[in-house]
Amino acid sequence: MDFLNAITLLGNFVIVPGAAYGCQLALGALGVTLIYAILRFSNFAHGETMAIGTMSCILFTWLLQSWGVSFGPLPTALLALPVGIAATIALLLATDRLVYRFHRKKKSTPVIFLIASLGVMFFYNGIVRFIIGPDDRIFTDGERFLLSAAEFRAATGLQQVMVIKMTQAITVVVTVICVAALFWFLNRTRTGKSMRAFSDNRDLALLSGINPDRVVIVAWILAAALATIAGTLYGLDKSFKPFTYLQLLLPIFASAIVGGIGSPVGAIAGGFIIAFSEVFLTFAYKQFIGYLVPEAWAPEGLVQFLSTEYKFAISFAILVIVLLVRPTGIFRGQSV
Amino acid sequence: MTINTRNVAMFATMAALLLFVGIFQSWTLSLTILNLCLISAIMALGVNIQWGYAGLLNVGVMGFAALGGVAAVLVSAPPVNKAWAAGGTGIALSALCLLVTVALVTLVYYRTRGLSRIMLITLISIAGYFITRIFFDPAVSAIEKVDSALTGYLGGLGLPIVLAWAVGGVLAAGAAWIVGKITLGLRSDYLAIATLGISEIIVAMLKNEDWLTRGVKNVTGLPRPVPYEVDLQQSAAVQAWADSLGMPIIDLTSIIVKLSYAGLFTLVLLIVLFLSERALNSPWGRMMRAIRDNEVSAEAMGKDVKGRHLQVFILGSAVIGIAGAMLVTLDSQFTPASYQPLRFTFLIWVMVIVGGSGNNWGAVLGGVLIWFLWVEAEPLGTWLMDVLTAGMADDSPLRAHLIDSAAHMRLMVMGLILILVLRFAPQGLIPERR
Repeated sequence: MDFLNAITLLGNFVIVPGAAYGCQLALGALGVTLIYAILRFSNFAHGETMAIGTMSCILFTWLLQSWGVSFGPLPTALLALPVGIAATIALLLATDRLVYRFHRKKKSTPVIFLIASLGVMFFYNGIVRFIIGPDDRIFTDGERFLLSAAEFRAATGLQQVMVIKMTQAITVVVTVICVAALFWFLNRTRTGKSMRAFSDNRDLALLSGINPDRVVIVAWILAAALATIAGTLYGLDKSFKPFTYLQLLLPIFASAIVGGIGSPVGAIAGGFIIAFSEVFLTFAYKQFIGYLVPEAWAPEGLVQFLSTEYKFAISFAILVIVLLVRPTGIFRGQSV
Repeated sequence: MTINTRNVAMFATMAALLLFVGIFQSWTLSLTILNLCLISAIMALGVNIQWGYAGLLNVGVMGFAALGGVAAVLVSAPPVNKAWAAGGTGIALSALCLLVTVALVTLVYYRTRGLSRIMLITLISIAGYFITRIFFDPAVSAIEKVDSALTGYLGGLGLPIVLAWAVGGVLAAGAAWIVGKITLGLRSDYLAIATLGISEIIVAMLKNEDWLTRGVKNVTGLPRPVPYEVDLQQSAAVQAWADSLGMPIIDLTSIIVKLSYAGLFTLVLLIVLFLSERALNSPWGRMMRAIRDNEVSAEAMGKDVKGRHLQVFILGSAVIGIAGAMLVTLDSQFTPASYQPLRFTFLIWVMVIVGGSGNNWGAVLGGVLIWFLWVEAEPLGTWLMDVLTAGMADDSPLRAHLIDSAAHMRLMVMGLILILVLRFAPQGLIPERR
């Protein structure tokens, strides 16, 4: 029984939140990696793109709510997603047209693109704070739990409970759908294949008649969709605060690089590696060990490797180790 | 250097703008802006050394500036003897354990190869971490219990705060050495992301290691390198002066204090600027630019590209650290929560790019100009919104929202400036001399 309690405890505080967080990071890292694969620069504005996407979703959610529309047990924000995505796509395409296209024509170095993306980041950040303000916004509605504490206890009779929040379940389901759709697109459709060709060898792709402008546009559209979905899922699961999206940039970059920047599979793997390392290393194991060992051996301290404030340090440490041991990332992304 | 009328005119315009603020708003505000302009100019010089000379992308300016701030606390705050008695030994022992661990890892790294190297290093790191924690945790809780409302930290050395400027430079240089060792030599984006990471970690540490910096409880009342207003008001000479100027004594003393800060900062700025100019125009500077413009051919000429990159990265970070320590000196307080990446990293980047990357005078001009805009954009934005929404009803919620949010306009303005400069004047206001 104690063993089951221990497993439930771990599941409730580590596995379930870790899986949801991993999905959110994976979606974010996919956006970064796609832009890197096609445009060859690290897009520092990606965190803010997520914030803008989420903001458009929230605004439309509020509109829907004021009309009295709801999505039953699911959050209304899911209904608002397509509108949010459309708004973000429009914004990113306009940004590309006004900012990045010029530097593409001029064949600027990736570093110049990166600095331009810093400018875009500033601008987006200003838009978000201007429209919705810097405060916390909670926009989750519908059922709170897929599996509530009371239900779990009634079913199993364990001391510890396993709670699955609706937002966590939605995160995982939506991510699976998105990733499946993305891989189908990249591997099966003509446009997707041309994107992979363009990423692998630009000159050959141009030679075989692939239109570079079209590839770039599709990359931005995908990045906008992924960023909006990732941002909204993160906002539903935690809460929406512009500042946290800026801070998400580091774990997202770490995920993309750990997996191998430019490689979609790598981005997903990297997202889960970073997310699970964060929750595993910041979890306090006191109670968990208490269940497994005889009472006399139970530890006095929290048995926490690092306090939660240092979760950045974990992404960073993993990033550094991977860069030292295997600079191209686990799935051999692009380098140099 | 040759005197360029255009550049002189731009600096003169900045001076005129500050005078304008002094006349139409207030002299205190004008001098406050000037002091922060000077510090920003030094930070921009630091970034320019890294980016302009060598093309290194440091997105962790905030972290190095914060380390400079820590130096101000560690050097100048009065020591807390009770805390040292309670936890000093524990901290010393854990520092010793940490050093031994690092030494062992280094030894293993150079002596072994392959799988056994990875295994041994992992093992030693984990063991070292837990042994350090054995001494560290009780010491920390003992220190934080000492009079936690007032101190609860080890305090500093109680030395003059001006010394901290040099110490801040050294601390930042040390951090830069570690980051540089790891990430220089990889592609440029990785340096950017690694510096972003290290700066977040540094700030997280400053917020949470209460035993060292009091964390978010802040350290206030750091000693000043200049006289206090209250003391000046007692002095008969100052009183006579205020009477002869016909100015309230409170205003006069605050102006004197701010002017003395400005004098100190200008001195540091001139020293850093002089050294940077000399370095840039020396054979070393030419080598750096050669490496920046073409790493491969520089390497073919026998230049140690990685070594030079590390050197310039450390130098630039040290300058940023000095500026960070000066900033805390100006505020007389250390507030870890005030370190925001937009303000401390990305704004400095706008300064360097707008001023002119690769040109020290450009970095100074950019620092002064952008800080001025950053401060003045807020009242300007509010005024603009007020005018734009003048047609709306007074109780209109949209109008209230627009006026409330006007402060965030400056973020958009900064982004726009950066994008526009990159597009239409990539060389910046004062282009690099070729």
